[in-house]
Amino acid sequence: MGILAVIIMESQTVFYELKVNGKTYRVDDVEPRMLLADVLRDVLFLTGTHLGCEHGVCGACTVLLDGLPARSCLMLGIQAQGYEITTVEGLAPDEEHLSVLQDAFWEEHGLQCGFCTSGILTTMSWFLKQNPTPTRAEIREALSGNLCRCTGYQNIVTAVERAAAKMKAAS
Amino acid sequence: MKPPAFAYYAPKRIDDTLRMLHEFVREQNLDVKLLAGGQSLVPLLNMRLAHPEVIVDLNPLEPQLNYIRRDGDMLRIGALTRHYVLRTNPEILQHCPMLADAAGLIGHAAILTRGTIGGSLVHADPAAELPLVFAMLRGMVTLQSAQSSRVIDARDFFLSYLTTRVEPDEILTEVALPIMPARSGQAIEEFSMRHGDFALVAAAAQVTLAADASWQGVRLGLGGVAPTPADCSHLLTPLVGKRPTWDELREALRPIEDEIDPQGDIHASAAYRKELAHTLAYRAIERAIRHTGSAPPEQ
Repeated sequence: MGILAVIIMESQTVFYELKVNGKTYRVDDVEPRMLLADVLRDVLFLTGTHLGCEHGVCGACTVLLDGLPARSCLMLGIQAQGYEITTVEGLAPDEEHLSVLQDAFWEEHGLQCGFCTSGILTTMSWFLKQNPTPTRAEIREALSGNLCRCTGYQNIVTAVERAAAKMKAAS
Repeated sequence: MKPPAFAYYAPKRIDDTLRMLHEFVREQNLDVKLLAGGQSLVPLLNMRLAHPEVIVDLNPLEPQLNYIRRDGDMLRIGALTRHYVLRTNPEILQHCPMLADAAGLIGHAAILTRGTIGGSLVHADPAAELPLVFAMLRGMVTLQSAQSSRVIDARDFFLSYLTTRVEPDEILTEVALPIMPARSGQAIEEFSMRHGDFALVAAAAQVTLAADASWQGVRLGLGGVAPTPADCSHLLTPLVGKRPTWDELREALRPIEDEIDPQGDIHASAAYRKELAHTLAYRAIERAIRHTGSAPPEQ
């Protein structure tokens, strides 16, 4: 039990690799307690992921892990090793274009201040893959884990509807 | 709103995890927390309500502890099986449909993808859905330590709010639930202020009918009304062997308000919770009966 015998808590730092939006990043010299959201924002400078409540309620920090939505404030960065992480920065096909969903938010005025938008875009990207032809009620249900305090949801629902219609027309 | 400092370990084999836990807890007397889905523990860390010295992450054990398999008249579910898997697994939909419904009620998609059944049971929130289903169906859990492995019945598992019989050097590795008997129906009902929130009160029921459609067995559990999930099945035992009408069912449930002693809080008064308990218990049993596929009793 030699290696386990001594715990030096204050100075324990670690390094690990994270795969974000298809690119592998090395995360150096961070404490294991650092949340995934903070690693993304403050170490990798991917500040599109927003932090609202920091206890899993507001949904602003939602990212995709192997395509599934997860709160990046409710896991440690070190736990995200081995997953394909997608943040809002990874949704657009290239620097010149938005994704169909992002475009629909633009066209339908699906955001005002934009704080909640990144979490909503990641969640809805997953949702539209699950359910390519959702009703408004189903969109609302899927949105229920993301709080928006200014847009008023109507335009967000409409934007998701528009994206679904466009994706269907294109397929 | 950031976690306090802790030492972090993530062994890849369960034997190593158990040995490590023994060393930290029994030899070094450290305050160790096990991290599974993190949907309750990480908020507690972020809010500095929990200050463990050591966190042992169980997630690397997912390949070993993520499974659902039928074993005779039981369903065996690995402790790290995540909620979204419970929701759609064919074995669960067929043999314990209430568990799939309960998992869907837990919260939003981003919570369901991470939270685990073992984590929910050991967290033992009295308003949570999975502890209620586990208690109502009288499941069993396997608890392992470096020295021993033991199986505990649901009736002995929960002690109080957020407190179970799991010892600090033990890991809950498996949940076993009895499969639904033939001619049975199950249902879970809950009321929460907003969709996806914690339930104020939840009710779970299972009704088993005899060949002549009389009641052969009934189970009723309530969540959110006591420090642990409450078993209220005994209120309905007088109806076993009969084909009660809806009115008789409602009448049999009337004493429920004397059986429970819920706490009032900022979300709802004790009196309101009692009223919810009565209403939701009725709805759960009514829906369970409809799920048996047998015609409802005549009025």
